[in-house]
Amino acid sequence: MNIKGRIAPGNLGDRTFGFILRFFSWATIALFLGMLVFLAQLSWEAIQTYGPKFWAGTDWNPPMEEFGAAPFIVGTLASSLIAVLIAAPVSVGTAVFLREIAPRQLSSFVAFLVELLAAIPSVVYGLWGVFVLAPVMRDQVQPFLAEWFGPETYFASALGHLATAFIYPFSLIGNLFGVWQISLSELSVKMMAIAHGLFDGPPLGLGLLTSGVVLAIMIIPTVTALSREVLMTVPDSVREGALGLGATRWEMIRIALLRTARAGLVGSVILGLGRAIGETMAVTMVIGNRNVIPNSLFEPAQTMASVIANEYNESDGLHLSSLAFVGLSLFLIALFVNLFARLLVRYLERGRYA
Amino acid sequence: MLELSARDRRRRVTNVIAIGALCVLGFLAITPLFFIFSYLILRGWGGLSLDFFLEIPKPVGEEGGGMANAISGSLVLLSLTAAFGVPIGMLCGIALSELKNSFTARVLRVAVDLLTSVPSIVIGLFAYAVIVVPMKGYSAWAGGFALSIVTVPIVARSTEEILKLVPRTVHEAGLALGIPRYKVLLRLILPGVRSGILTGVLLAMARVSGETAPLLFTAFSNSFGFRGLSSPTASLPVQIYTYATSHDETWRQLAWTGALVLVFVVFCLNLLTRFLVRKS
Amino acid sequence: MALDVSPEFNQKTGMGNLDGQNLEVEQKQIALETQKLSAWFGDHHVVKEISLSVEKNDVFALIGPSGCGKSTFIRCLNRLHEEGEGARVSGDVLIQGIGKSGGRENIYRSGVDPVSVRRRIGMVFQKPNPFPGLSIFENVASGLRLAQVVRRSVLEEVVETSLKQAALWDEVKDKLKKPGTSLSGGQQQRLCIARALAVRPQILLMDEPTSALDPISTARIEELVMKLRGEVTVMIVTHNMQQAARISSQTAFFLMGELVEVGPTNRIFTKPKESKTEQYITGRFG
Repeated sequence: MNIKGRIAPGNLGDRTFGFILRFFSWATIALFLGMLVFLAQLSWEAIQTYGPKFWAGTDWNPPMEEFGAAPFIVGTLASSLIAVLIAAPVSVGTAVFLREIAPRQLSSFVAFLVELLAAIPSVVYGLWGVFVLAPVMRDQVQPFLAEWFGPETYFASALGHLATAFIYPFSLIGNLFGVWQISLSELSVKMMAIAHGLFDGPPLGLGLLTSGVVLAIMIIPTVTALSREVLMTVPDSVREGALGLGATRWEMIRIALLRTARAGLVGSVILGLGRAIGETMAVTMVIGNRNVIPNSLFEPAQTMASVIANEYNESDGLHLSSLAFVGLSLFLIALFVNLFARLLVRYLERGRYA
Repeated sequence: MLELSARDRRRRVTNVIAIGALCVLGFLAITPLFFIFSYLILRGWGGLSLDFFLEIPKPVGEEGGGMANAISGSLVLLSLTAAFGVPIGMLCGIALSELKNSFTARVLRVAVDLLTSVPSIVIGLFAYAVIVVPMKGYSAWAGGFALSIVTVPIVARSTEEILKLVPRTVHEAGLALGIPRYKVLLRLILPGVRSGILTGVLLAMARVSGETAPLLFTAFSNSFGFRGLSSPTASLPVQIYTYATSHDETWRQLAWTGALVLVFVVFCLNLLTRFLVRKS
Repeated sequence: MALDVSPEFNQKTGMGNLDGQNLEVEQKQIALETQKLSAWFGDHHVVKEISLSVEKNDVFALIGPSGCGKSTFIRCLNRLHEEGEGARVSGDVLIQGIGKSGGRENIYRSGVDPVSVRRRIGMVFQKPNPFPGLSIFENVASGLRLAQVVRRSVLEEVVETSLKQAALWDEVKDKLKKPGTSLSGGQQQRLCIARALAVRPQILLMDEPTSALDPISTARIEELVMKLRGEVTVMIVTHNMQQAARISSQTAFFLMGELVEVGPTNRIFTKPKESKTEQYITGRFG
C-alpha cells in the first residue's frame, strides 16, 4: 500500500488525446514566441544599424536610406489618444445606459446594434471615412474647431497654461537629475506653441483628427461591450443599497455603480486603446500618410501600422528591415498595453472577491 | 409632508440632466451604424449586378468589370482558415478547459490572450517572414496562414467559454459510466454544445472575412482570379482597399459595392449566430 | 485514530480476503469492502482510513453532516475522486470479481484501469446531469454505445429495460428522441439512474440523489431504490436521516472524515452505541 496515495494512470486513449491537446497547445505557444523571433530576425539589420535611437529619429527618408520611427510613434499615440478621449465617455455612458436606464428590450436591441457596429470590417470604416467623414470634417468640423479652439483663442491659451502647470513638476525632476535643463518660461513657451498649434493650419479633411474620430467610432463597440460586462459584475445589492439610502438614480450610478466598477472600466478603456493602437486599414486610408511629426491635429500624419501597410510592398533592404522594426515596436507596445489592462482588471477582480 | 428642499430640488434636476445625457450618449454610440449603412446602400447599391459577381476587373479607364477574382479569392482564403485555423483553435479551447490549471494550460491561456492583442498588420509581417520569404512569392497559403493565426485565439476562447458552461458533473457522469475521458468529451460533451461552438466559429469567420491588413503582403492580390494556392490571391477587403484609394471612378464604385457585399455577408453571419444562440 | 468498530463489523471484516473459504460468505456475500481507505484533497485529509464492507444486493446508507467526507468516500469507490485536481487516495477497495471462483479484486491494485472499474460500479450524482444535447434514448444508451455495443436491437432492448427499472419508461416511451434535458428534475434524475443501470453495474453508488428534488420526486426515487434491492448493491449517501431509515438495511455514520459507527439501520437509529451518533440522529448537531 502506498502511503502517499496514488494518482490516476490514465488509459491509452486518454494519454493519446492528452498528448494531442498538449502538442497543439505548445504549437500555439510556439507560434506566439515565434512571432517575436521572426520579427526580430526580419528587423535585424535595422536593429543593428540604429538600436534604440531608431525610436527617437525624426527623419524617415527611404531614398536617402534614413530611418527614424518617431513620426509614426507620435502619430500612433496621438490618433489613439484622440480616439480614447472621444470613445471613453461615449462607451461608458452607453454601457451605463444599457445597464441602468434602457428597458430590457431596448437595451438588448441597442446592444445588438453595437455588436453589428463591431462587426463592420476596418476597410469599410476606412472607405466611409475617406468619402463621407473626411469632407464633413474639412468643410464643417475643422473650420469650427479652428475658430473656437485654434490659435489665438482663449481655449488654446488656457490649455497651454494648464499643460505647463501639469508638466512643470516632471520637468523639475528632469532638471534635478541633469537629464535636461529647462526653465519655466521656456517650458511655457513650448506648451503655448503646442496648444496654439493644435487646431492650426488649413482644414484638409484627411489627417490626424479624422483618423482619431474614425478610430473612436471603431473602438466604441469594443469598449462598450467590455464596460457593460464590467457593470454586470456589480452586484445588485450595491445599487439597491444606494437607492435605499435615498440616492437619486444618477447619484446611485455615480456613487455605487461607477465607483465600484471604476478599475474595470479603466481596464476596458485601455483595452480599447490597445485596439486603436494596432488598427491599420481605416487609419491608413484617412490619416493622409505623411512621414513627419505633425504640429497640428489637422495635418496629415502616419502611424506605425499605416506606414507598414503603405510602404512594405515596395521596400527592400534596410527599408524593409526598418519597417519590420516598426512592426516589432508596434507589437511590443500593443502587448504592453494589453497586458497592463488585463493585469489591472484581474487585480481588481481578485480584490473584489477576496 | 414630502416637500422638497432646495437642495433636493437641485439633486432632482441634476438627476434628470445626467440621465438625459446618458440617453444621448447611448444614442450617439449607434448613430455611426446608420450613417455607414445608409452610405453603403446609397453608394454601393447602384453597382450591384450579376457582372459584379461574375466579371474580373477591367483596366483603369474602362467601364464595367466586377470583383469575381476577389470573391473567389476570399472564399479560398476563408476555406484555408476553416481548414487550419478553426480546428487548431478548437483544440486549444478544449486544451484550456480539459487541462485546466496545468502548466500547459496556464501558459496557453496567456499566449491566447496575447495573440488576440497582436495587431493584425504584425501578423501579416510574421506570415510574410515565415511563408512568403521561403516560398519566394505571395500566395494563398501565406494569406490562409495569416488569417488562421487571427482565428486561433478567437475560436479557442469561444470554445473554452462554451465548454465551461457544461457542469463538471456531466463529465463525471460520463466517467462514472466507465467511458474514457476523451470519449466522454468527444462523444458526449461536444455533441451537446455543438451549436455553441459553431456560433464561435461563425463569429470568427465573420471577423476574418473582413481582415485586410494581414493579407496585404501575404496573399497580396491579382486581377485575373484564382490560379492555385501558391500564387497571389485577391480578396474582397484588399480589393476594396486598393480600389478605394485609386483615382478611377469605376473602381471606386466597385469598392463601394464590394463593401456593401462584404458588410452584408458579415451581418448575415452575425444574425445567423444570434439565431443559433436563441435556438439553443 | 480511534476507529470504533462494532461487533458485527469485526465479524465481517474478520472473514478476511480469502476467496470464498469462509462459509459465511455463502450466506452473506460481500459486494464491496474497503480497507483503510484514505483520501486527500491536496494536504487536506478528508477520508481517514475507512474500513467497512457492504453486502451484496443490499441498500447501504452513509449519513453524516455535510463536509464529513461521505461523498468523497463513495467517489473513491469508483475511482472518480482521483480525477479531481490534487486528489490522492490510499488503501484498498475490494469488489467481487467476475471470475468463476467469485474471487475478489482490488480496484486500486496497480495496473487496474479506472475506466474498467467504473463500468462495474455505476454512479448517480446530486444534481441530475443528463448529457446536454443528447436525446433520452442516447442518454441511456451512451454507456453501452461507447463500449462498442452498436446493434440497434440490443440497445433498444437495454434502454427499455433500464428505463423500466428506473420507473421512467411509461413517461418517456413516446418521446425517446426528445433531449434528455427537456424532462423535469425528478425525471432527469431517474433518467440518470436508468443510464447508470444500462451498463449493468454490480454496485450503484448514489451521491445524495434526491437533495436537488422536490418531495414527490424524492419519494419516487426512494421507491425505486427499494425496488432495486435484490438486483443490485446500492450505496447511497444522504443527509436526510429519514431517508436512510426508510430505504437502507445498513447504515454508516461519518464524522470529520472518520467512520464513527456502522450497523443495521434499525439499530443505528434506535440504539446507537456511540454518543456522537446519538447526538447527530437526535438533531443536536449537523
